Amino acid sequence: MRNLVSALFAGALFGAGLALSGMTDPMRVRGFLDLFGEWDPTLVFVMGSALLVTAIAWRIQPAMARPLFGEKFSLPTRKDLDSRLITGAALFGVGWGIAGVCPGPGFAALALVPVAAVIFLGGMLGGMILFRFTFDK
Amino acid sequence: MAVPLLTPDWLQIPGFPGADPLAGVLGGALIGLAASFTLLGLGRVAGVSGIAARAFGLSGEGMPRSMAVLFILGLPVGAAILNLLTGRGAGSFPEWPFLLVAGVVVGFGTRLGSGCTSGHGVCGVSRLSARSIVATVTFIFTGIVTILIMRALGVAG
Repeated sequence: MRNLVSALFAGALFGAGLALSGMTDPMRVRGFLDLFGEWDPTLVFVMGSALLVTAIAWRIQPAMARPLFGEKFSLPTRKDLDSRLITGAALFGVGWGIAGVCPGPGFAALALVPVAAVIFLGGMLGGMILFRFTFDK
Repeated sequence: MAVPLLTPDWLQIPGFPGADPLAGVLGGALIGLAASFTLLGLGRVAGVSGIAARAFGLSGEGMPRSMAVLFILGLPVGAAILNLLTGRGAGSFPEWPFLLVAGVVVGFGTRLGSGCTSGHGVCGVSRLSARSIVATVTFIFTGIVTILIMRALGVAG
């Protein structure tokens, strides 16, 4: 139960941050990617601030035997740079540029611009299903 | 612009009158707190694409599915609460064909590349993970190139 409430809280805090920062506005995101046009540096501040805060958490984490509301830490361990990582990231960037929306803001926008969010998320679900039945190992 | 800037004039970056660095710093701090809470509280990385795949039943790994569903539900709940309190968050979205195509590419790409802006860009880069740094540089680069190509073709999106 505590787990579930914590997960809802974490998602809500994340969604509030996305809305406050302007990242639920695709124009702002595309403005950041429009480096050779009317560049909007706002995303640099969002990323910088989020990175600083999260870097502190990564410093605290090794000193903890277990997470506050769970049995154990389950964190990514892979270190290899493979072609899937780079191809996937490259494709993601193309989609990110086309719409100015990534998964977090896509879900957050359900509460703000629901029709647009549903179309994007419908496509995203389709893309994930496509992956599941083709390249998923 | 529909939403007024949070940044007062004296804090505005010279040359970028449309930017909102204060909103960025404050919102980014909330995102960082959410990622930190997910890490230290739940023992997981706050990567939205992976959590979404888990919630949709399309991934065999990650947090328990019930937790994934609630995390994803929390995203619009938090955005709605912030929007009610501050009036901020709404944006102008491109036409539906762009949204649909972008959605498919984002869905496939984030699964193939094991993450998106949150998992790689925030959680991985702040951990100094080489995989995440490479992924983040890659998707920002292809995003910039995509916008360049769309501009050259005269496609607004």
